[in-house]
Amino acid sequence: MTFDKLKAEGVDAAVGAPSISDPELLKSLRSQMLKFAHLQLGDEQSAEDAVQEALIGALKNAAAFRGHAALKTWVFAILKNKIADSLRQKKRLGEASALMQEREEQEDLHELFNAKGFWEPDERPAAWGNPQEALHQSQFWKVFELCLEALPGQQARVFMMREYIELESDEICASVGISTSNLNVIMHRARLRLRECLENNWHQTKGQPC
Amino acid sequence: MLNCQSVTRLVSEAQERRLSVSEKMGLKVHLMMCSGCRNFSHQIPFLRQAMRAFAQGENEKATK
Repeated sequence: MTFDKLKAEGVDAAVGAPSISDPELLKSLRSQMLKFAHLQLGDEQSAEDAVQEALIGALKNAAAFRGHAALKTWVFAILKNKIADSLRQKKRLGEASALMQEREEQEDLHELFNAKGFWEPDERPAAWGNPQEALHQSQFWKVFELCLEALPGQQARVFMMREYIELESDEICASVGISTSNLNVIMHRARLRLRECLENNWHQTKGQPC
Repeated sequence: MLNCQSVTRLVSEAQERRLSVSEKMGLKVHLMMCSGCRNFSHQIPFLRQAMRAFAQGENEKATK
């Protein structure tokens, strides 16, 4: 459904908020939501539906939000719930592709570890000091988002299900159609990759010694 | 003796399930000797913390 149609249905009652009835903001928010929902749900129709329901839910309550940041966070929180519901309802949607992509992602480990399974010298994790401080720094978040986007499809999907939508492992296994051991492998790869990306693009640019 | 690849796998799995006593022992011994994996073992729980903060919209509030 388009913004115009939503408007036609009279759900843009949130006058005064910063505001979800602003067409530009809604358009950008909607496209971010669709991208995320599509990754998680695997097909366009379910993604459209989830985003649709989330937006309608948000529009109905939009008056309660004061800032753009709070609005986006809120809308995504609603979307997360819609996606979780949708995933629980339709089990096993991408078994074959899951296994194929997993093989492609085997590559990662050979770059990080030598033949005996010990760190390659230039891949050995450095000390990050007190990284909690970074959670208040916009530079960190810029890198963090880029690193999340750089995760390959299957890793991104499973990692976000676990760490962002916060589904339990068995729920993820059921909806993606993988075993617990597949899940552990995928999470391991995703964490290795995300960690490395943060180290190369955020930690090393802080100018701290290892 | 566990290698770094297996240790990083265990550190990751510790986020999903309770490790067995022998897994914990193997991990502990390795971490005492390997600074790379020790750093790794601090960074993985931080990733979860950062994801939680991300989901709460902390990235939108950051200023510095």
